[in-house]
Amino acid sequence: MIEFSKPVIGYAEVWPMLLVFGVACAGVLVEAFAPRRVRYATQVLLALVGLAAAFVGTVMIGLDLNETAGGAAKGGITAEGAIVVDGPAIFLWGLILLIAVGGLLLFAERELEGGVSAFAGQAAALPGTEAEREASTRGLDHTEVFPLMMFAVGGMMLFPASNDLLTMFVALEVLSLPLYLLSGLARRRRLLSQEAALKYFLLGAFSSGFFIYGIALVYGYAGTMEFGGINEAISNNTGNRTLLLAGMGLISVGLLFKVGAAPFQAWTPDVYQGAPTAVTGFMAAATKVAAFGALMRLYYVAFGNERWSWQPMLWVIAILTMLVGALLAIAQSDIKRMLAYSSVAHTGFLLTGVLGAQSASELSSGEITSLQAVLFYLVTYGFMTLGAFAIVSMVRDAGGETNHLSRWAGLGKESPIVAGIFAFFLLSMAGIPLTAGFTGKWAVFAVAMSAGAWPVVVVAVLTSALAAFFYVRVIVLMYFADPVGAGPSVTLPSVLTAVTIALGVAATLLLGIVPGPVLDLAAHAGEFIR
Amino acid sequence: MIDFPWLTTLIVVPLVGAVVTAFLPSRPGAALPKQLALLFTTLTLAAAVGTATQYDTGAGMQLTETHTWIEAFGASYAVGVDGIALTLVLLTSLLVPLVVLASWNDADTRNTKAFFALMLALEGLALAVFLAQDVLLFYVVFEATLIPAYFLIGGFGGENRARAAVKFLLYMLAGGLIMLASVVGLYALSASQGEPSYLISNLAQLDIGTVEGRWLFLGFFIAFAIKAPMFPVHTWLPDTTAAATPGTSVLLICVLDKIGTYGMLRFCLGLFPEASDWATPVVVVMALISIVYGALLAIGQDNMLRLIGLTSLSHFGFIVLGIFVLNSQGLSGATLYMFNHGLSTAALFLIAGYLIHRRGTPLISAQGGVEKVAPVLAGTFLVAGLATLGLPGLSPFISEFLVLVGGFSHAWWVGAIAVSGIVLAAIYVLLMYQRTMTGPVQPGVETVVDLNRREVGAIAPILLAMVLVGFFPQPLLDVINPAIETTMTTVGVQDEPPTVPAGTQAEEDHQ
Repeated sequence: MIEFSKPVIGYAEVWPMLLVFGVACAGVLVEAFAPRRVRYATQVLLALVGLAAAFVGTVMIGLDLNETAGGAAKGGITAEGAIVVDGPAIFLWGLILLIAVGGLLLFAERELEGGVSAFAGQAAALPGTEAEREASTRGLDHTEVFPLMMFAVGGMMLFPASNDLLTMFVALEVLSLPLYLLSGLARRRRLLSQEAALKYFLLGAFSSGFFIYGIALVYGYAGTMEFGGINEAISNNTGNRTLLLAGMGLISVGLLFKVGAAPFQAWTPDVYQGAPTAVTGFMAAATKVAAFGALMRLYYVAFGNERWSWQPMLWVIAILTMLVGALLAIAQSDIKRMLAYSSVAHTGFLLTGVLGAQSASELSSGEITSLQAVLFYLVTYGFMTLGAFAIVSMVRDAGGETNHLSRWAGLGKESPIVAGIFAFFLLSMAGIPLTAGFTGKWAVFAVAMSAGAWPVVVVAVLTSALAAFFYVRVIVLMYFADPVGAGPSVTLPSVLTAVTIALGVAATLLLGIVPGPVLDLAAHAGEFIR
Repeated sequence: MIDFPWLTTLIVVPLVGAVVTAFLPSRPGAALPKQLALLFTTLTLAAAVGTATQYDTGAGMQLTETHTWIEAFGASYAVGVDGIALTLVLLTSLLVPLVVLASWNDADTRNTKAFFALMLALEGLALAVFLAQDVLLFYVVFEATLIPAYFLIGGFGGENRARAAVKFLLYMLAGGLIMLASVVGLYALSASQGEPSYLISNLAQLDIGTVEGRWLFLGFFIAFAIKAPMFPVHTWLPDTTAAATPGTSVLLICVLDKIGTYGMLRFCLGLFPEASDWATPVVVVMALISIVYGALLAIGQDNMLRLIGLTSLSHFGFIVLGIFVLNSQGLSGATLYMFNHGLSTAALFLIAGYLIHRRGTPLISAQGGVEKVAPVLAGTFLVAGLATLGLPGLSPFISEFLVLVGGFSHAWWVGAIAVSGIVLAAIYVLLMYQRTMTGPVQPGVETVVDLNRREVGAIAPILLAMVLVGFFPQPLLDVINPAIETTMTTVGVQDEPPTVPAGTQAEEDHQ
């Protein structure tokens, strides 16, 4: 008889993540038992305290991670080999939690819609029916969005910290399902929103299929799900390489779908446009952080010895993604679609950093590593994206947000501060120096260049120039064009949105001028633990 | 004792001024922003003069300050000044207060404080560009100058200003991003040979392979060629000068565009000597085309601002030619030319601006007989024009002469073609003068009033400087020449020794 041994979960290392999941469950209970009028305040407070506590916990755990691998990495594998809590994971947790706080504040914003949130009053009511009107007149609110968001955050934390393929898959689903739902909950233009949710769900489910098929094939090759084991199997060159390559390819499809890389980017503009803007901002920033964390862990740890197989693939994907993102963004007339394509282009830049991986022996002392560069870029990208979408949610007319670009004409005269901040975010996305976007771009270009990927860098530079065109076009529109008709108007938000925007501006400015501390922090995170 | 940080002061004073001016209460036409702008630019000029007094002729890079900035990138805040940089710093800090004075009423109907705040920001960033001794710092401020420049053109210019501003920005960004590839490449190279560093002094020590060196050189050169501008990437220039206010044009053409030629001297020659030598034939031909083509285009213009913009294309051709003939006359001439071109073109732009302000149109065909109603305006315009065409006794003559000497000692045909630029310059300047200032008084011109004291005050120092340097260029050349010698040593070229008269050999044989 096999003796039963109790599984060891390193609660001391993973509690911030468990706390987030716990808060999510508590949120569900609040929905079930608390009276309607106290739900909003309870949910917001619960989520905010939960996120803050989790962030503090993350920082504390990060401070006393043990050094391993001769000081090159920190932390350890826990939860029976399912979860790894190392420097990069902690860094990403912290980043995801900060973005989640910003996202939460946007979710909780009620000033813009005149006392209700940006989410549908009653999602179950069909658009245009009596039930919808009734929900609207009664001022109903879906406070379920807060626990949904917390589940997504928990999944995002698990995603880059997973140490085997199955945990990674579970995390992928845990983070995706709430997002599919949230995308369909817009208060206005509900058909568009529901269409976005359906598209996102169908394509997401499809890509999950690829992912799980890839897992099966890689398992067939390596005989293990654990990243360390796969890495070992590759270096021992056991098994059928066709299985490995096919599996790698299929898993990549799943991950590249999540980060929105070409040719799997087709969902981004529709979903970004249809989803409530608060969700778009949160999703654009946090999903990308989590997915890139997972992508790097998979490629660097599990497939680290197979670098020569996936690097060329990433070359092609990165080039394609940058070109598609920049070229299609030029043709957009909707600000959210434009930002969606811009985020596709940013995915390309991030991939440029990912493919700049070099083994430690190839790097000279003090040289920036690709992990460090990508982590830094994620920080810069996360905050400016969140801030930019927060601004988008403020420019409105009687029918809600005015996302058509022509309606943004003359915003600089109408509201110089809002236009100025948005212009600042756009300049940062274009990579103008003294903004975070520049330092981020520099970092990923530098690692790719060091790894000899100069053709990718040249394409990246040229697409940056292309991308500058559509960012500048919006600035021209805001400042130098005359307003059409009544002109755009800016609804003053409550302090919640203002805090998120301030967070974005501060991060974008500071990381542009003194990026040193965050870069050091990213360097301090060390390598992934194998 | 800690040395007084002269150079940081130079950079910080206008930037502080920009911030202060930007936060003043907003009222179109308010006097306070103008006065503050004048105060801060004058303070900057004082700091520049102070720097010049601290400067020791011929001792290389001086007054350096180095602080670690972004360790992970190997970047530092490093500033320093040598003869070339000092010349441009003096030019910048002299021109900006005069531009402020001349543009006193240009933004009265718009956001006055923003106009002057942007000017101050532009001055601070431009000074930082000339003083930067770290490639990343240089790149950052180089790109950052675009933002105030963009808003100055787009926010305060005339017709088509938005289009011109976008065209300007996209050209510049394209160049800048190409340069970014090279800047990143320098990092990769520096990291592959030890601890990464962006200090120019460290980069100059790198062992750069021929192929890499040429690619990196191209990245830098294309950016500087767009900035300078050179044929065939000059098309943003006339559109921009036609749309921007004359004051903005002065800042763009006389100060910012110098970054292009300065960058060629400092980075292309300083970091990639082999590649610079390799590129010389093509660059020289492009410079010659710029000289002749720019002048020909200028002759055909009916818009004074476009015309003056295009003369600059021709003049930048001279400067680039002087740099890439790679001999001491050419290089000192080019550096001096940067200074002198700044003066003469600034004078032309500002005076043309006065006239356009009075007449409401930049068209030459709408003017005529101005010298009868506004003799001072016409007279100063003539002096500025004569300086532009290289009349001896005014400063541009000396630099043009030096560049031509350099051109002739490079190859006779180079000098010969470049000389034609002078002839053409006489045509476009004198034709413009004749059509606008002489002849019968055109309808509408009779109401033109002559320059007032403020306007004369903005022009007089420039004219004075042109005459002074024209007769007595030695102090400036003393500052420039040691820096040029250093550059030549880096590139590894020497002036060809004078050819010894033939016959020595024969005489020896005879004995």
